Amino acid sequence: MTHFIDRRLNPKGKSLANRQRFLRRARAQIREAVQKSLKDSAVADIEKDRKIKISTKGTREPRFRLDPRAGGEHDFVLPGNKEFMPGDEIKKPKSGDGGQGKQAADYAEGEDDFEFTMTQEEILDIFFEDLELPNLVRTSLKETPSKTWKRAGLTTAGSPNQINLIRTMRNSFGRRLALKRPKLSEVEALHAELDALELEETKNEEARAKIAALKETIAKAEAKRKWVAFVDPVDVRFNAFTEQPVPTSQAVMFCLMDVSGSMGEREKDLAKRFYMLLHLFLKRRYEKVDIVFIRHTHDAQEVDEQEFFYSRQSGGTIVSTALDKMLEIQRERYATADWNIYAAQASDGYTQSGDARHCVEMLNEDIMPLCQYYAYIEILDEREMEVFASEDSGAELWRAYRTVADAWPNFATKRISKPADIFPVFRELFKKTENAS
Amino acid sequence: MTTTVRGKPLFEEAEWDFTILDRTYKAIESIALDDLKLDVYPNQVEVISSEQMLDAYSSLAMPLMYNHWSFGKLFAREEALYRLGYSALAYEIVINSSPCISYLLEENSMTMQALVMAHAAFGHNHFFKNNYLFRQWTNAEGILDYLAFAKGYVSACEDRYGRDEVEAILDSAHALMDQGVFRYSRPPRPSRERVMEKHRKRRKYEEEAYSELWRTLPAGIEPPSAPTIPDPEDESGDDMKLPEENLLYFLEKHSPVLRAWQRETLRIVRTLAQYFYPQKQTKVMNEGCATFVHHTIMNILYDRGLITEGSLLEFLHSHTSVVYQPEFDDRRYNGLNPYALGYGMMADIRRICEHPTAEDRDWFPSFAGSGDFMTVLRDAWANYRDESFIEQFLSPKVIRDLRLFELHDEAEAGTYKVAAIHNENGYRAVRAALARQYDVGTAEANIQVASADLKSDRKLVLQHRMHRGVPLQEQTKNLVLAHVERLWGHEVALEEIEGD
Repeated sequence: MTHFIDRRLNPKGKSLANRQRFLRRARAQIREAVQKSLKDSAVADIEKDRKIKISTKGTREPRFRLDPRAGGEHDFVLPGNKEFMPGDEIKKPKSGDGGQGKQAADYAEGEDDFEFTMTQEEILDIFFEDLELPNLVRTSLKETPSKTWKRAGLTTAGSPNQINLIRTMRNSFGRRLALKRPKLSEVEALHAELDALELEETKNEEARAKIAALKETIAKAEAKRKWVAFVDPVDVRFNAFTEQPVPTSQAVMFCLMDVSGSMGEREKDLAKRFYMLLHLFLKRRYEKVDIVFIRHTHDAQEVDEQEFFYSRQSGGTIVSTALDKMLEIQRERYATADWNIYAAQASDGYTQSGDARHCVEMLNEDIMPLCQYYAYIEILDEREMEVFASEDSGAELWRAYRTVADAWPNFATKRISKPADIFPVFRELFKKTENAS
Repeated sequence: MTTTVRGKPLFEEAEWDFTILDRTYKAIESIALDDLKLDVYPNQVEVISSEQMLDAYSSLAMPLMYNHWSFGKLFAREEALYRLGYSALAYEIVINSSPCISYLLEENSMTMQALVMAHAAFGHNHFFKNNYLFRQWTNAEGILDYLAFAKGYVSACEDRYGRDEVEAILDSAHALMDQGVFRYSRPPRPSRERVMEKHRKRRKYEEEAYSELWRTLPAGIEPPSAPTIPDPEDESGDDMKLPEENLLYFLEKHSPVLRAWQRETLRIVRTLAQYFYPQKQTKVMNEGCATFVHHTIMNILYDRGLITEGSLLEFLHSHTSVVYQPEFDDRRYNGLNPYALGYGMMADIRRICEHPTAEDRDWFPSFAGSGDFMTVLRDAWANYRDESFIEQFLSPKVIRDLRLFELHDEAEAGTYKVAAIHNENGYRAVRAALARQYDVGTAEANIQVASADLKSDRKLVLQHRMHRGVPLQEQTKNLVLAHVERLWGHEVALEEIEGD
């Protein structure tokens, strides 16, 4: 009458639906907390689960409670009396005190902050919620939806190169079993038996009859093998493919960074954080996003992600080389008809004198007409940040880029000086823009 | 239980498998039924992982539950505490249903599994089946069916009317859960079939009466709705039978603004509140009973050589920490531990039956020295709740052991006054005060619907009858009243009046 049931293999996450409802409910508090949490911590940690502390406001579950501190009288019993005698008076603990305060705390709705762990997915969802790549022109999506072939199960008709051997042989095997097709080995065994009998010297009546019977069996088996084919057309299956339109909202992001000696550890760290966020953001937002990392000193190279962020180089600074490289790669691999092009550049604002003008020319004439968006961040130290409080003052590159920004609405420049600046900049750069051109 | 035939131990290792579980269960069962004469629902023992245990926690320890964000909040909180190591998982969860479902955590050692089976599958199970409150107020056979219905119903409503709508109603209903029970009369048994039947009829009517024409009505005008199907148990009609203590029931039946599915949702929450109401009133007894049963069974197992000395020590270690009562000035103090108080009192009843002192004969003449403690306990488990059990059975020895003392608190005073301690003059006062502390009637606010004006301004008046002048907490009061207003749809006032 007793049942033991092993439930351990049952699906987990039974309360997932409740968790989603909770996150939705506490959205406002959670967003605030997540933003704060991200702002204060290293970006390398962004791809981790993290603890989030929210106030219970918004997720309160009020019930009617009695408040004996507000009026009236009551009696209560506690354990562990040591020295009290009847008639003694004990000072009341202030609210919030430990000890026997719990008795009173029972009556108050807990106003404590509430801490729990959120997964990376959930955090990023919130962070990116109202972000979107700016001016994303979904031209290809609207006009010429391109198509790809996707697998779509099996069919009974198709070209021989698409034959699905496993399924075909499985069907064949099943049919052979069902129709009791004699196996080759069985027929061979019968033959062997027949040969053995025929080789015998003295053949009596019984042996002859047996030989005749065997011959008949063999004939039958062979006939059956003939009309039950090894592979019949009804067995054959082909892989099927169907054409499916794919939204080609593909984007390529060019990450440009100055890695010359004038970019110190701090500057590189800030730039790194900026890119990592972009990187995460793009990976998340688009199914098809290419990212090209270009680092430069007096010379530019395309590198992989690892090298881009972590390797060191020395040399002078010529920004235009990076722009050259970017154009070269774009011409080779990223036709504007198929790709939305984005660029993000980080620098400390120094470049060889005269180069800034060259950059402006390239931007105005070649790059900006191709780009959906171009973001430039200049990393300053805090002292410089105060000196250059006004947008108009700044180093050569900054002033030069300002003229580009005036000419192109989809060109943005920003200055940052500390980790806490990165997120506001990031949000501003990628805010949903109503006036998307 | 005096047999001293020593057998071979049922298990010697901490590891368990289903054969050992089964063997041990049978041994425990024979002790529980033959020696202790317990009367239980059929058992269904389920082995689950720690994550599933957390899942179960967060849905009010029920195997099925409708979805609501508050359960997600609970889960997040429990999970955080568990991961930080602040709280260990409960070893077991048991559900008052027939068959009685108990959960075993897979990480438990075999000794712990034995303890948990004795505790949950026999201790709690016996209590659920025999205690008068559970017999009278809950329906162990129907609860799982009803929960399945509730879960399906709420999720269907979410699909039909939107999550936000459903969430709003559930929020409001949850806020009134404490005021959503009948305290004095037996509520009608929830029968899933009947509810479903009613629901089907209503839906069928709507479908039959549906006409394309209704779609052309300007916004704000509703097509005629189904005629209310007469509810056999709802005789109230126009007469609202005030005062009414069950606010959820009242709103379900008489709110002028709720739609049919919203009323049904209130009914679901109310049914759950009613189901959990006996558990609220018997925390001490229920845990005491289960703890006493597992303690007795484990000792008998040891006496008969069915568990090893090592197991016995492991069990005792766990048992002692479960029944530990920190003193009031201890940092760990968190109210009276129901396990400690319940087990302490029941172990003391056994002592009084077996080795009474003169004091015991004086206090408990009816059973002191009777020797047969199980009869006394079975009677107590069946016919008392925490309040009456303490009033009847709390002995001076337990008061001394726990060094209980009574404080008198007046809101205006700056100090508590020690009213009674564990001495000859104090025993009865402490006992009475402790019993009152466990009386839900005074520990919870007594709020009733005093009047509802359906003819003119539709104002609803609630009354809080204060017990010894203790008012409601201002802040939560206003928050809850906002919920009542949502359900009633019109102005709601709450008066606090002197009660007894």
